[in-house]
Amino acid sequence: MSPSSVFVTTFLAAAVEVIEMVIIVVGVGSVRGWRSTWLGAAAGLSILVVLVGALGTALTLVPIGALRLVVGSLLLVFGLQWLRKGISRVSANGFRGMGARSASAEGIPDHGVDWTAFVLSFKGVLLEGLEIALIVVSFGATAQAFPTAILGASAALLVIAGAGLLARGFVQRIPRSALQLLVGTLLSSFGTFWAVQGLGVAWPGADAAILALIGWYAIAAAYYIRLLGRRTGHGTLQPAR
Amino acid sequence: MRRAMTVILAWLTGFARFWYRFIIGDDWTIAATVAIALVSTWLLHTAGVAAWWLPPIAAAAAVGVSLRRVSP
Repeated sequence: MSPSSVFVTTFLAAAVEVIEMVIIVVGVGSVRGWRSTWLGAAAGLSILVVLVGALGTALTLVPIGALRLVVGSLLLVFGLQWLRKGISRVSANGFRGMGARSASAEGIPDHGVDWTAFVLSFKGVLLEGLEIALIVVSFGATAQAFPTAILGASAALLVIAGAGLLARGFVQRIPRSALQLLVGTLLSSFGTFWAVQGLGVAWPGADAAILALIGWYAIAAAYYIRLLGRRTGHGTLQPAR
Repeated sequence: MRRAMTVILAWLTGFARFWYRFIIGDDWTIAATVAIALVSTWLLHTAGVAAWWLPPIAAAAAVGVSLRRVSP
């Protein structure tokens, strides 16, 4: 493999993982607040740096399947709870129905660490970061080009994390009920994907299956919103007064 | 010594409570359905059946059942 093809391949492979990481961090930060989300991301990154520094190429010995299963299962059960709350709220009040953000009403502590945001962000960064490190190790070792592989993954991280930071302002303007529904859909999709992958079951279409899962949960959410809206007599997309 | 024990106990209780809320939340049926679906997927996989479709269906159904339970 030429250095340029190692760079492009590592960039693209790492970009997929970075997108997943950034979606989780931006989604959780927008719903639960940024301080604890950044703390969780920093903690995940620190452990990743220690792991990479201590293990180096022996990183492939880390049981990534078990890690995917644990992180995926936890993200799935938590994501489904948010999805359910999002469906209830949107069906009752519409997408603009939550009004001003209320931290205490959401069970988010006014001060101190919000452990929910911390754990979600920590797990997302640690698992995805580990997968990026494994990509670098695999491509770097195969092509005997570690510096180029590291450069490709770092470029992907910089470009996509930068785009995520820019998108933060836009995401924060999304009404809370809609955001909870959206983040619940995304967490449930990633959680399902990783948990099943962690069991050793292959997804048809590999990473592209995540898009199908997002579509599946979005269709289910839309169906339940419509159903609940009919039962409660509320219009499904009517804003609250 | 007693003070230290109280602090440790409070920390352990808070830790357990956090994970209970994180995993179980306000409806235990979702976590239970996910657990059963993943175990069933693994069993089907070991029997040579491609069962990737099971967890998404079970998860979406669990949300529907949960919404039905909590809705008036």
